[in-house]
Formats: sequence, structure tokens, C-alpha cells
Amino acid sequence: MKAILKAQTGINGLDEITYGGLPRNRPTLVCGGPGCGKTLLAMEFIVKGAVLFNEPGVFMSFEEKAQELIDNVASLGFDIEKLQKTKKLKLDYVHVDKTEIQETGEYDLEGLFIRLQHSIDSIGAKRIVLDTIENLFLGLENQGILRAELRRLFQWLKEKNVTAIITGEKGDTGLTRNGLEEYVSDCVILLDHRIINQVSTRRLRIVKYRGSLHGTNEYPFLIDDEGFSVLPITSLTLDKKVSSQRISTGISSLDAMFENKGFFRGSGILISGTAGTGKTSIAASFAAATCKRKERCMFFAFEESPQQIIRNMKSINLDLEPYVKKRLLEFHAFRPGLHGLEMHLTSMYKLVKKFKPTTVILDPITNLVSVGELSEVNSMLLRLIDLLQGEGITVMMTALTRKSETSTDEDISSLMDSWLLVRDIEMNGERNRALYIMKSRGMGHSKEVREFVITSKGLEMVDVYRGPEGILIGSARIAKEKEVKANPMSKKHGRPAKKIKRVSK
Amino acid sequence: MMEIQKKQEMQTRSASPDIACYFFRLYVTGASPNSSRAITNFKAFLEKHLKDEYELEIIDVYQQPHVAQSVDIIALPMLIREFPLPKMRLIGDMSNHEKLNKVLSPVDYKS
Repeated sequence: MKAILKAQTGINGLDEITYGGLPRNRPTLVCGGPGCGKTLLAMEFIVKGAVLFNEPGVFMSFEEKAQELIDNVASLGFDIEKLQKTKKLKLDYVHVDKTEIQETGEYDLEGLFIRLQHSIDSIGAKRIVLDTIENLFLGLENQGILRAELRRLFQWLKEKNVTAIITGEKGDTGLTRNGLEEYVSDCVILLDHRIINQVSTRRLRIVKYRGSLHGTNEYPFLIDDEGFSVLPITSLTLDKKVSSQRISTGISSLDAMFENKGFFRGSGILISGTAGTGKTSIAASFAAATCKRKERCMFFAFEESPQQIIRNMKSINLDLEPYVKKRLLEFHAFRPGLHGLEMHLTSMYKLVKKFKPTTVILDPITNLVSVGELSEVNSMLLRLIDLLQGEGITVMMTALTRKSETSTDEDISSLMDSWLLVRDIEMNGERNRALYIMKSRGMGHSKEVREFVITSKGLEMVDVYRGPEGILIGSARIAKEKEVKANPMSKKHGRPAKKIKRVSK
Repeated sequence: MMEIQKKQEMQTRSASPDIACYFFRLYVTGASPNSSRAITNFKAFLEKHLKDEYELEIIDVYQQPHVAQSVDIIALPMLIREFPLPKMRLIGDMSNHEKLNKVLSPVDYKS
């Protein structure tokens, strides 16, 4: 069977889920409620066609005036005026107003056909948008004529060898208010804009696509300063490439716990712990280590601003500023409530694609729970991890564990390759941090609990003191160590834990 | 029919200055049934009501496709009353006399 020809839209992600674009030389219906991005999708189809594929396009608007359109899409970096001058694009605003037109008997829409034909001929158009032709139903009384003429129009478009997008407003019963899907049946794309928990998410679904395979799910999409992007995020096959290269954690004594080598490149690392245990500090050290290797690192902060992180890290002798200046480290800080989860995923993925880091840090993922249900957060993180690891990017996430609530860390830990746990231990009137490796796939690692010390010099994992007195940490450990140092004889009562280190595979 | 395909047909009647002069443009598509009917119907209407006080220009949009955009044409045939103001647009084969009568108002233009 001969596959149908397709016209690439040039819209990020849309060509992937349609396996190559919209049906060439046929009309496609794009429908959705008000403000869901129909016009923008259509405009981007025309602009990208003209710019990327050298296919001039005609944009016939029944809604917005030419100047309004130009202004509206200028914010997305589309220079319509220039394209018009170079005859790559033609805007035509059709004004229809019932109050201004009297109907006196039989008529047809031949005027529209002539107009379209003239526009097509004037620039040699290969693409056409009719946005939104349903407005004709408001402007003209005789619906019978209109329906017959629309049927003729879509037939005519097919004969003209142009790839067309027709937009339609979502109706109460059908996909469009006036049943346009009846006429345009080759490809139908539905856009949706819904609010869940006061956070809006845009979604796109291909309702049908005759003669072609297509993704059937709802895909989140994003409209930002670069236009439209759809994120195809359902390929959850486990066939990514794996690396056996090891990379430093940025803390030498932590490396030591991982056979002196550190993490696997491209692995997923989770650091969970209670509040104030230094999760961000570990993440920042890892970021610095990445930059030290002259690799790029992207840091998504959901809690602190970049300035805050940079300032705070200076207090532990970690200066991230030079890396930011050298563009090796990029911070992106936003509150989780800014978008819905899917939007977070889409925007993060876009940023990652652009910056091409080798390491991505999310600090902390727990905050995302405020945006969605736990299961949604998990599925989003799952897809994010898959996406990033598919590109060989090392992902480090921090998670806050709360004592009573359900937490994300356990649920997603199964996706992670290495899991570090940081605890605080209250003893002898002081609070100390302890760190241990819960798991680390494919490598030998220390099974011990280490004392995790944060000083003005940096981070360090210190062996806890094991002796007849039990396990000593914090000042008790320091006191004991001094005692041992002063009186080597007491060694027999206790020895540093290092000596009994067990390493297992 | 041939006269229409010769694009433009001007019927200019010299009007004395004190008589209101109506100016119409009728956009048609060649000799299609709707267009032919519109021309016949409208001419008859003009002769009946405005006798010597009008000017009619018939434009074949097939011959001048660029006017479709400049005049903002969708449905054809279309009649525009260019004068007197306000401009008025009618579409159809001009068979509905009741609606057609509207192009005559304000009739009392002279005063």
C-alpha cells in the first residue's frame, strides 16, 4: 500500500505524533474551544511552511483583522510583514457581518473561491488556512446554500493541491459548532484547554487521521515565546543506551562510598531526606562537579531562587557563580504552581533540548505534589526520567521526606539507579546528619551509615565511631577521636569504622 | 448575455443637479444563472423605481479577481449601493423585492 503523502508542519512534536505531518494536499480540521490555540497552530503551520519548507501559504482569517494577527504573532517572533513582502505569505481578512448584508435570493460563495484562487496564484501557495470559516454561519442566513458551498469548497481545495488547515470552534454536541467534521474528514485534531486544581493544561489529540498511523493519546502542548510545541511523551520502552562511565559526585568522601568512582553517567539519582539535611548542597556539589568537567548542567529549582542557591552555597565553600557566567550551569527556578504538571514536563524538556546538558537536577520534586495527585506526579517524573535518560542525561532529584505523609521518594525510587538517604539524628542534645546509600544498581557501594558534615569548607562524609560505647556521631565522635588520638591505648576498645568497611556488589 | 461578458456596462443617465443620483455596483460571476438573474432582476427594479436617477456598473469578478479581496467579496452576486451613503450590500439574485426596496431609502435625498 502506498503511504499517503504528508506535509511537515514544522511544529515541535506535532510531526512526531502524526508520523510526518498533516496529509498533503488535503484539508485538516483543527477544532477546540475559545483560546485553545487554534489560530496559533494554523499560523505556525503557515509561517513554518514558508520559512522552513519554502512552501508559501495563504492565511484567510474570518475572525481577526490582518493587523491584529500580525501583532498577535509578532510576540512569538513571527515576522509576518517580512514574509508578506517576500511573497511567502498572504493574509486575507474576510469581513462578514449579518447586519451589513441583505440577502435577496439565491447566491453562492463563488466570490470566496475566486478570492482564494487569486491568493493562491499570486504567491504560488502550497498551504492554506481558513480561520475560522464557521464565522460564515454567523454572517450568512441561508444555511442550506452555505453547507452545499462548503462541501464544494473542501472538494475544491483537494483539487487545488494545497495542504489546508480549517479551524472550527468546539460545539456542544459535535466536534465543531456547525458540524464541519462532516466535510473535512481526512485529519481531525482536537485542542483542549482545561483547568485542574486551578492550574491550566493544554492538550492536543488527533481524533482521526485517515490512511495513516498516529499517536492516539492526549498530548500536552505548550504555547510560549517560541510558539507551539507538543511533547510526545508516551514511548515508554526500555531500550535506552546505557553508559558504564562513572562520574564524580563532587564530594570525594561520597565518591569513596561508591567504589571511589561515583555514579554511572546517565543514571538516575535520588536524594531524599528530612528538612534541612543538606539535599540541595549535595545536588549543588554534583552540579559543580559536572561543570568542572566542562560539561553542562541544568538546575531546576522549585524552592529557592538561583541567587539564593548561589549565596547559600558560598557558605559551604562552593562558588557556582563562575559556572553560571561561563554558561555551563543554567538555573531555572519556578514555583510548581506556575503550570500544570504536563506543562512543567513540556517546558523542562524544551529547556533541556535547547541547553543540552549532561546533568539535570530537580530540587525538590516533592514540591510538585502541590500541583497534582501523587500518581500523576509519579507518572510525570517517570516520563521525565525516561526522556532525559533516553538522551544519556544524568538526572539527580531531591525529595523531602515527611514523617507522617505519603511521600514521592519511595514511589519513584524504583525508577532510580542510586538512592541516597540523608537523616538527621538527634542525640546528646545535638542534631547530626547521617547519610547512607539505600541502593545503587550495578556497582559496589558502602552499606554504612556515614556522618554527613557540612562545614564552611564543604561537604564531607565522616566515618562514624563504632566502639563499645556504641555508635558515636557529632561531638561525641569528635571527643572520642581526640581521646583515641591522645591515648592510643584505648584503640583496643574501639576503632574507626573505616577498618571494617564492607563492600558488596 | 454577451453584453455582460464584455465586463462592464455603464448606464449613465445625465441627471439634473437637483435630482438624487444613485450609484450601484453589481458584482457577478460571468453568465452563471444566479448572475444573469440578478442582472435582469435588478435592471428591471431600477427601471421601475429610479428610472433616470441611477448609474449601474456591472463587474465580472472572474475577469478582475483582485477585486474579490479589495471589495471583500464572499458571496456572489453582490450589489453595493455606493451612493448615497451609507454604503449598502446585498447578495443574491435580487429576486426579493421587499429587501431590494431598502436600497431606495433614504429616498428623500434631495431635501
